[in-house]
Amino acid sequence: MSVLQENTLPVRSRTTRPAMRRRFTPTVIVYLALVALLVVGSVLVGLRGEVLLDQGGILNILTRATALGLVAIGQTMVILTGSLDLSVAYLVGLTSLIAAETMAGRNGMVVPGVLLALAVAAGVGLVNGLVITVLKANAFIATLGVALILRGYLEDNYTGPAGDVPRGFQHLGYDRIGPVPVAALLMLAAAALAWWYLSRTRPGYHMYAVGGDIEVARLSGVPTRRVIVTAHVLCSVAAGLTGIYLASRLGSGAPYVGTDAGYDLESIAAVVLGGTLLAGGRGGVVGTIGGVLILATLDTIFDDLEVDPFFKDVVRGVVLVTAVALYARRMVASRARGRLA
Amino acid sequence: MTKRWAPVVVAGVLALAGCSSDLPDDQASAGGSPSSDASKSKFFDQAEYDRQLAFRSATPQGPDGKPWEQMLEPEMVDTAQFAKPGGKYTLCFSNAAVNNPWRQVGFKTMQQEVKLHPEITTFTVLDAEAKDDKQISDIQSLSGKKCSAIIISPNTTATLTPAVEQACQTGVPVIVFDRGVNTSCPVTFIHPIGGFAFGADGAEFLKEKVKPGGKVLALRILPGVDVLEQRWAAANEIFGGSELKVVGVEFTDGDAAKTKSIVADYIQREGRIDGVWMDAGATAVAAAEAFQDAGVDVPAIVGEDQQDFLRLWANENLNAVAPTYPTYQWRTPIIAALKILKGEQVPKEWVLPQPRITGDNVKDYVKQDMPPLHYAMCGCEAMPGYPGPWK
Amino acid sequence: MTWRPRLAEGTAPVLIVLLLLLIGLAIAGPAYAEPSGYLALLKRAAPLMILAIGQYFVIVSGGFDLSVGALVTAGVVIAARLINGSESATARVILLVLGFGLLVGLVNGLVTTKLLVPSFIVTLGMLLVLDGAIFLWTGGAPRGALSAGFRTFGRGAVDVPLLGEVPWSVLILLAILLAAALFMRGGTGRALVAVGDNEAAVRLSGGQVDRLRLLAFVLSGLLAAIAAILLGGFAGVSAQVGDGLEFRAITAVVLGGVVLGGGRGSVVAAAAGALSLESLFTLLNLLGVSGALESAVQGVIIIAAVAYAALGSGVPQRLRWWPKQRDSARPAQPASS
Repeated sequence: MSVLQENTLPVRSRTTRPAMRRRFTPTVIVYLALVALLVVGSVLVGLRGEVLLDQGGILNILTRATALGLVAIGQTMVILTGSLDLSVAYLVGLTSLIAAETMAGRNGMVVPGVLLALAVAAGVGLVNGLVITVLKANAFIATLGVALILRGYLEDNYTGPAGDVPRGFQHLGYDRIGPVPVAALLMLAAAALAWWYLSRTRPGYHMYAVGGDIEVARLSGVPTRRVIVTAHVLCSVAAGLTGIYLASRLGSGAPYVGTDAGYDLESIAAVVLGGTLLAGGRGGVVGTIGGVLILATLDTIFDDLEVDPFFKDVVRGVVLVTAVALYARRMVASRARGRLA
Repeated sequence: MTKRWAPVVVAGVLALAGCSSDLPDDQASAGGSPSSDASKSKFFDQAEYDRQLAFRSATPQGPDGKPWEQMLEPEMVDTAQFAKPGGKYTLCFSNAAVNNPWRQVGFKTMQQEVKLHPEITTFTVLDAEAKDDKQISDIQSLSGKKCSAIIISPNTTATLTPAVEQACQTGVPVIVFDRGVNTSCPVTFIHPIGGFAFGADGAEFLKEKVKPGGKVLALRILPGVDVLEQRWAAANEIFGGSELKVVGVEFTDGDAAKTKSIVADYIQREGRIDGVWMDAGATAVAAAEAFQDAGVDVPAIVGEDQQDFLRLWANENLNAVAPTYPTYQWRTPIIAALKILKGEQVPKEWVLPQPRITGDNVKDYVKQDMPPLHYAMCGCEAMPGYPGPWK
Repeated sequence: MTWRPRLAEGTAPVLIVLLLLLIGLAIAGPAYAEPSGYLALLKRAAPLMILAIGQYFVIVSGGFDLSVGALVTAGVVIAARLINGSESATARVILLVLGFGLLVGLVNGLVTTKLLVPSFIVTLGMLLVLDGAIFLWTGGAPRGALSAGFRTFGRGAVDVPLLGEVPWSVLILLAILLAAALFMRGGTGRALVAVGDNEAAVRLSGGQVDRLRLLAFVLSGLLAAIAAILLGGFAGVSAQVGDGLEFRAITAVVLGGVVLGGGRGSVVAAAAGALSLESLFTLLNLLGVSGALESAVQGVIIIAAVAYAALGSGVPQRLRWWPKQRDSARPAQPASS
């Protein structure tokens, strides 16, 4: 089996692999790690006489996972196609402002506000995609450049939070069913939609193909440019949804809500932690959600244990590199066996 | 059949699961609308400006030598409803961040203040790492814990208002300090006089020390931060009414290297600079060094109470002033919480004095053994264990 | 090897841009009509240029180093705490900071080559670890102080015959630039570019791919430590001295026409890219462009530069921003395309 073929095949069709190896895909590892983390965390928090997974704890983990999850779903798509997006953090801030300013406290403007924010997000994604495919700038620089332009716009036009979200719309950010926030369910629904799109539709299949090997994809008739542009538009729309969600939670738009949270690098970390190959072509949304949940759970455990915030960064860094090293080892092992077969 | 019943089933499940909202009940927001004047920053508010400038000369109530317990023109409120005699308090604190030296010094001071009071058995802190969204979650989870009182240092004003309202509705006394929120629901809001007074302290100094027509360079950290915008709005107001010539207003991002480059450029471009105004002192040393490296005298300069600047000032005999945004305000929320839990009165708005350091008293604030970025106005020198935790 | 006065591929555009910027500076600011102005500019740009040279080694061999900004902060904070104002500790601590840079580069390189983790992720992890660990160690804010001796390299100047007062940092920069240019002309340097261009071919011809990659990261770490010494010297202790420098260094390298993904570009052009970036900031500042718009201008310019290079060169541009390092890192796979 050659490297080339292996990469063009999407995850789901790797049916020729022995069952053992299929069982331990990165996605499975992520969720096993999540379970292990929850167990260890519960014990550690339990030692302090508290409960990790009580109503508040679950609410906390899911709330934390919502915004990052939405961004990471979009980031998964661009990374799968072999690209990446460094502009999402500023875009989150921008769309939160557009949504909140359009609504301006009026219930009737909720729908226009949401639509306008999404339209602007899609436009930014389109620009990202076109700069990459038509101007042929590589994605790192293209999206970094767009991020800088968005930053300039935000700095020039805003001096802090602006706009006002009507109270009715704030229910999106605050309502919950038992311990599960409604917004987290919507995020999971978005993830399910993305999963369906990536694994059950032709355009989704094309994303894997382009990420696997763009030349092969082009030769086999995949409209590579369109696929990349689509991935970027979808990624930006996901960032737009995040901005809208945060606007509903904050009650107004905030220019730096995305950058303060570091959604650009953190979403990439979550995607990679979830087992998606940074080079593209392999992975998926299910793993990403696992990665996001791991990061959110870590945060919640750290808070319960009152860990020094600087120590958190150290752990995050180590976890990220360790996880990716594990996936890499697995791939090496499976490929070695693949060659023997 | 299945389809028709689906909504009913879903509705039933939702009802069973206890669909609920954490959105606080609607309350009249207390945020006043700032007066707008085309020629002025939208952050300029004449009434608030006048009030803050008047506060500077007002005599505070409270014990001498303990400015963190003093209050300016307090309007006391009754707290009997929160009284919880017997001690064994759990204080909870939602902190915006510890991401800069100012917050570091403040937070350490607060931790030591907690140690002074044996009646506090637990001090729970959640750090929002400068993320609004995380702080909202943090406040939510504190509301679910058994806190005797919740102390909040908001990351931003407007965006944290709903979360603070929500915390208020749990019936636990809420104390807000440093930055405010647009609601009057907290029992007390603790803060030093404010940004207008800070900005004015520096600008008035330059107006006095720099000859008419002199060139002033204004260095700001970054746009869009309300506290810093207020400082600039006040300075801008004073410069506008003076004969000083503001030759530049630049953003430094708080980056010492960038500051030094900008100042060097201005020295070259303008020939000479007669005064430097700053909205925060973090880069004051870099600005002063730019003059030294260019081989000219450091002009009248505005800094802050960080040790590196105070040392340079004392050693080089600079012509300087240091308005402060005192870190001792981190002691006050703990003191206020205990007052409230004992049923004692506290001011609705607890305005702390906001001293400035001048050439006359700078030597009193220089502490040779403290770290360069330590803030002198910590009110921590007499605390047990000083200087250990701050070093 | 006979020396020919030729420019490496893709170097010309950045030199033209740099020339235009310098002319712009001379027109906009009278200080830039004489050599001292340019010396001041070079002094200011030296740390970024040195970082760009380090970043070049990593990028041209097909990687990324996102950890240099955090490493600069770490270097300054470590130096301040250990020197603590004592002149006698200066030399020892400078060696230690350089050693720390080497060590960080070594770890980056080893994890990338031995554990097969993409360098983007390795160095992102390193960024987080350094940022956290350094302030965990100092309790949140920098402590101690730098000695005057330490600061000389970033702040002081030395009398050079014919030239007069030349800042130390400019001399250090020129020495590094010269060494880097010579290195890239030598066998190891060319092998490094070859690794970024076609790793499998280097492997097949017996090249030590992993060792070359490792070398690139070690050099990047070392140069970041030098940049830390210059920046700490120039501006003193601060907690955010390295903030965002990694992206600025990468931007500079790309502005110099070096292709992300490796295999193309010259080290002199990368340094010129850094100087252009610094000149651009200075020019915008002189022209009174508001600080807020500065980043937007920067964004437009880097996109334009990369697009120009990609469209104008006729070189088939890699669409992917990231080389398939881990796939091609497998030995004994024939190069299939």
